Amino acid sequence: MSEVVAWFGDPANWQGPTGVPTRLWEHVWISAVSVATAMLVGLPIGLWTGHTGKGANLAMNLANIGRAIPSYAILVMVLPISLALAPRLGYSPNLGLSFIPTFTAMVLLAIPPILVNTHAGLQAVDRDLIEASRAMGLKESQILRRIEVPLSLGVIVGGFRTAVLNVIATATIGAIVSFGGLGRYIIDGRLRGIAGIPELIAGAILVTILAVGVDLVLGILQKRITPRGVRVVTGHPEIIEPAPI
Amino acid sequence: MIEGRPLIDWSWIASNPDDIVERILQHLQLTAIPLIAGFAVSLLLAVWALKRPALYTPVIAVSGLLYTIPSLAAFAVLRPVFGLSLLTAVIPLTTYTLLILFRNIMAGFQAVPPDVLEAAEAMGYTSRERLLRVQIPLAVPLMIAGVRLAAVTVIGLATVASILGDAYGGLGQFITEGLQQLFPTKYLLGAFLSVVLAFGTHMLFVRIEKAVTPWALSRESAVG
Amino acid sequence: MAERVHNAATVVFDHVTKHYGANEAKKGTLGAVNDLSLTVPAGKICVLVGPSGCGKTTSLKMVNRLIEPTSGKILLDGVDASTRDVIELRRHIGYVIQQVGLFPHQTVEENVATVPRLLGWTEEKQHSRAAELLDLIGLPPAKYAGRYPSQLSGGERQRVGVARALAGDPPIMLMDEPFGAVDPIVRERLQNEFLRLQEDLAKTILFVTHDIDEAIKMGDLVAVLQVGGELAQFGTPAEILANPASDFVAKFVGSDRGLKRLSLYRVDDVPLEALPTGRVGEPSAPARARLLAHPFEYLLVLDADNRPLGWASLSSVSMADQITADMAHASSPHLDRRTTLKDALSMLLDATVQVGVVVDRHGGHRGILTVDGIANWIRAQTPAEPAQGSR
Repeated sequence: MSEVVAWFGDPANWQGPTGVPTRLWEHVWISAVSVATAMLVGLPIGLWTGHTGKGANLAMNLANIGRAIPSYAILVMVLPISLALAPRLGYSPNLGLSFIPTFTAMVLLAIPPILVNTHAGLQAVDRDLIEASRAMGLKESQILRRIEVPLSLGVIVGGFRTAVLNVIATATIGAIVSFGGLGRYIIDGRLRGIAGIPELIAGAILVTILAVGVDLVLGILQKRITPRGVRVVTGHPEIIEPAPI
Repeated sequence: MIEGRPLIDWSWIASNPDDIVERILQHLQLTAIPLIAGFAVSLLLAVWALKRPALYTPVIAVSGLLYTIPSLAAFAVLRPVFGLSLLTAVIPLTTYTLLILFRNIMAGFQAVPPDVLEAAEAMGYTSRERLLRVQIPLAVPLMIAGVRLAAVTVIGLATVASILGDAYGGLGQFITEGLQQLFPTKYLLGAFLSVVLAFGTHMLFVRIEKAVTPWALSRESAVG
Repeated sequence: MAERVHNAATVVFDHVTKHYGANEAKKGTLGAVNDLSLTVPAGKICVLVGPSGCGKTTSLKMVNRLIEPTSGKILLDGVDASTRDVIELRRHIGYVIQQVGLFPHQTVEENVATVPRLLGWTEEKQHSRAAELLDLIGLPPAKYAGRYPSQLSGGERQRVGVARALAGDPPIMLMDEPFGAVDPIVRERLQNEFLRLQEDLAKTILFVTHDIDEAIKMGDLVAVLQVGGELAQFGTPAEILANPASDFVAKFVGSDRGLKRLSLYRVDDVPLEALPTGRVGEPSAPARARLLAHPFEYLLVLDADNRPLGWASLSSVSMADQITADMAHASSPHLDRRTTLKDALSMLLDATVQVGVVVDRHGGHRGILTVDGIANWIRAQTPAEPAQGSR
């Protein structure tokens, strides 16, 4: 335990390419980009299926698939593809080894919660309300923008939150394919055996703080953003809530 | 193709069936132990929470917190404590199943219609009979859905455990070794089999859910 | 049902009071009860009626101790309910609620056999009792015993609920808005069927409703409660209608008291009239002759089981050799023996042909009732004492 404290106290661990700030930045950066990409894909589809009601089956299946596939498996299955494509698409094999598989896995794991929650959140809006709006002459896009989305914000942000957590956890595992990020401390520490244990623990603690911290912040955001008078819908069968990755 | 070598060495697969089966069985063991232990504890906690509703919020709050810890970190933290024994993997895995199962078992109990409970009480069921004959049977669909979710999640999490060492076995072992040995066949096989296992388990439990609830016209899905 | 020993107990409320503490009052929606005293003789239906929050459900639930009184006693056949083992007490009191509460995971038969099972009857007895009750409520066991509640309609579920409550042959039945969750047509039918059952079973029944019409129809005795849990009046439906004890009771009963009195009487009370009928398949000539001899211009066509199909005009009867089903048009209301005169009148006034056909349990024709017939009979009754004051 004291060695862990010592590790944190060692200034060498706070600078340079293997320092905490660098690793933290790597971790955060890839997480942000993955979630942004997933949102670009998942949000529009989710908004469409949620508003029209079509594609509910897709949403259900995606929800199940999203929970079932082990993140480690995705990571590893993308690996040969990204390596093979490196010469053809012209990026360095190093990138193909570390970044692309990790990024792909993260995006793939982030899409289901965003898509499914957006869909389920919109579907959960009172149908009578929507009909009344239509009857009052609102256009479909107006209904979506002014009524459905504001009322489902809580659930949509919940999906965002889950996606972010999935992504942070997967980035941690990405270290096994040589990606950077806080997971590297765990992997590198492990490789160094007994001597690496403080590093191992430190990495675990750092990642935990990041994950828990982000979750708490997003949780508060979720509560704040849920319009007053609308209960935060939890326990709805289709809504994906944060779960271990 | 990587560096000219074929991607999958089928002869390797053909010549190592025992290894493969052993890994699969290890993985199942790694899944079954946390599931069974987790279910038992969750059920007890849930029954207790039924009698003392004040218990519910703290358990859910703590579980919400523990949920968010990335599994690799959880395994890593216990490594120095329990070394490379099975416990390092099983303890976090059990904790994760606990969290999923507790919420789903509670949701199952909460799904019992209050008028059914009132009728049962009024007809002269003792509270124990009510629990055993009415509440638990009616909570079963959501409970099984919870077990399904927990099982599938643990199968995935168990693959990560092997990143820390080779004591746990399982399909994650194939993946990690394959990566270390730069042997795609191994890691692809491990990945593929773990996905198959996860999906297979999902389908199996969906069947079980249907079989156990002849009275339900619509199936319910798990919480979370 | 031949010699039947009627199993019914007396129920006495003896200064029963229920106060809710500050915490409880916030959670629940049930009203308090204040010094309630009344006696329900064995074998009678006593209806507890009043607005929301008047404590009627609370009072009901104190009989089987789902709620415990703050003070006062409830005596069942003279025995203080609080001195009895609560589980044993409940196994001998039937309980029917609005949402029924059938066990979704058990078949209809298993649901009905619940109390017998709890009482330790043999499997064979449970099975035969369940079958007996299903027959009694009009759901043939062969068809319904193996079904699940989710496969039943609302009315069917209510009936199973009643059967379940009767299974242990309890001396007391508690019913809390049992017919409230179904539509008015089904409700009327359920009420009639229940009254028919009660004729055979003669149990002591405490019945809660917010509907004064239902109270008048169903009750031998009616207890009107007001908010705060006080007894405003206790008496027969006729007394309540004729002499409301207070402003509140008068207002609750409603200003159409005169019409409501029609609820006190049933089709059964009025002598039936007769109109020419003809059965399908019979030669039309005699029927035509009967029709010609009668001022009414239509023939009531009956099927082979004596069930009314509709009315046939004189011309259509004259044109054919035989009476056929498609001669029959414009059906009129079918009235059950137990339909109140109020409901009967309402149905008649609502119909195209304002002649009602009175049918028996199986739908077979028994006679005719017209608006005039009802009016004449009402006029012939001794008028009740005029209400005090002007309302």
